[in-house]
Amino acid sequence: MTPHEAAAAAAPAADIWSQLFVFVLASFIGLGVIRRVSRLLYTPLMSITNAISAIAVVGSIIVTGADYPPTIRLLGAVALFASMTNIVSGFLITDRMLKMFKSDGKPSEGGHK
Amino acid sequence: MTHGIVQLAYIVATALFVFALHWMNTPTTARRGVYAGVAGMALAVLATWAQPEVVHHGWIVLAILAGFAVGVPLSLVPLTAVPQRTALSHAFGGLAAGLVGTAKYYLWLGEGPENLTPFRMTAIIVEILLGYLTFTGSLMAAGKLQEVKWIPQRPVTYPLQNVTNLALLGVAAVAGVGLVLQPTAPWAAIAFPAIIVLSLLFGVLLIIPIGGADMPTVIAILNSYAGLSAVAMGFVLDNKLLITAGALDGSSGLILAIIMCKAMNRSFANVLFGAFGQVQQIKAGGEEKVYKAETFEGAAQVLEQANLVVIIPGYGMAVAQAQHKVRELYDQLKKRGITVKFAIHPVAGRMPGHMNVLLAEADIPYTDLVEMDEINPDMPQCDVALVVGANDVVNPAARTEKTSPIYGMPIIDADRARTVFAIKRSKSPGFAGIDNELYFSDKTWMLFGDAKNVIGELVKQLSGGSGMH
Repeated sequence: MTPHEAAAAAAPAADIWSQLFVFVLASFIGLGVIRRVSRLLYTPLMSITNAISAIAVVGSIIVTGADYPPTIRLLGAVALFASMTNIVSGFLITDRMLKMFKSDGKPSEGGHK
Repeated sequence: MTHGIVQLAYIVATALFVFALHWMNTPTTARRGVYAGVAGMALAVLATWAQPEVVHHGWIVLAILAGFAVGVPLSLVPLTAVPQRTALSHAFGGLAAGLVGTAKYYLWLGEGPENLTPFRMTAIIVEILLGYLTFTGSLMAAGKLQEVKWIPQRPVTYPLQNVTNLALLGVAAVAGVGLVLQPTAPWAAIAFPAIIVLSLLFGVLLIIPIGGADMPTVIAILNSYAGLSAVAMGFVLDNKLLITAGALDGSSGLILAIIMCKAMNRSFANVLFGAFGQVQQIKAGGEEKVYKAETFEGAAQVLEQANLVVIIPGYGMAVAQAQHKVRELYDQLKKRGITVKFAIHPVAGRMPGHMNVLLAEADIPYTDLVEMDEINPDMPQCDVALVVGANDVVNPAARTEKTSPIYGMPIIDADRARTVFAIKRSKSPGFAGIDNELYFSDKTWMLFGDAKNVIGELVKQLSGGSGMH
């Protein structure tokens, strides 16, 4: 191993563990929170988690905007488009569905098709 | 300095995402969850965009505008198309992960191979595998749900199917291990694209043997994969926000998939590799049994005399877009002081929670939507069980018939009601291709026709002929 390689291997080594820690803890939080979600709302839950997992947008922005070769940035731009589509449609449709859930028999004002 | 601010923004965004999901636990607070999610996402996007390494802005603006242009119409689809839309957005999520993984690999290969540590390389391989297979798999699922012509609706099976799939996955895994060990080897130029192609192919092959009744589980699994591919991206980019948000999505998909599997009494492996459709034709033989049909008039009279009516909706209600007519029927019965409840089976429809959303759209209060486990003890007191386009979820064979493919699946006890009316489009068996004994029971009367028309006729009888009794 060249000193160069050794340095590269050593630097992220410490981070690997903290990343895995974050992953395990976040998964447990996810399991705990999702387990208590109302069964009525599973379809909106799926669309909101869709929007949230479009957090890939963060990676896409860096790949699209950094000083990288154009082909690489193009891949990033397509990824950014896909993530952005999910964010916009995911949050909008979740809200649209949630608006429909009403607790009593009162007919809604407006909004009725 | 900027680094600190960006990390702080990421931490706040993570907290907002957790709150967003937390508020989904009741319908009263759920909309607050959406706002928290939007705030978290906006914060994450702005913080990332403000980083000094982002120097080109033109393409970012373009891609974001394009995302809005496609995303807004996609959010306005009719609610019956929500399963397809959800599958489609899993496809987009998978694609984004796959592309970023590909971009990062070629970037580091070109200008800094020392960055391709075994850990990062493993994460890249996992990211592109999950990303691309989620992409094509979800596209296939969306196509099946949308009933696109050239995608077969019925499960497609062929000999050695599972062996073929596993062999493909095996080849991809070997190529992946090779790349982890020697990311810059000369053969990497072939191995890396090969993994991409294999993942794309694997996604297609994984979904073609799956039938409509299994879609709720499959969509949940794909949801989980999309989340996990974001986690892998987080490992590649050393970004903890990606890891946490991806993990939240991954665990959500996992929980939903487990609930769906339990509701069908099947295992993950059985859903993915069991090819539910195979059993179909085998049971078709046997003696001819006779249905008893009922007129709309007669059915309406029985409904009027009832104290408790339980409506059991299924995918047929969604197909016929009958939810608004169901609401009218609900109103007519309520007006007469009859208690009306909806019995919701966890896997009714084509995705988790599908029926609840459709009924909510028709303005039926969610307090009248009752889960299977809660309604079943009340079923013996139920005067009329009205089955609207549901089939397997009320099939008593699940309790008694050991050879039935749905044996052991928990069902709604429609057969314990005093009278059963079942609305059915045709005399053919349901999605699982199994005869339903419920339809031949002494207390069952069939109402043949499109669910929307049949309910419409019942409403007409109830509203027009109210002076009859």
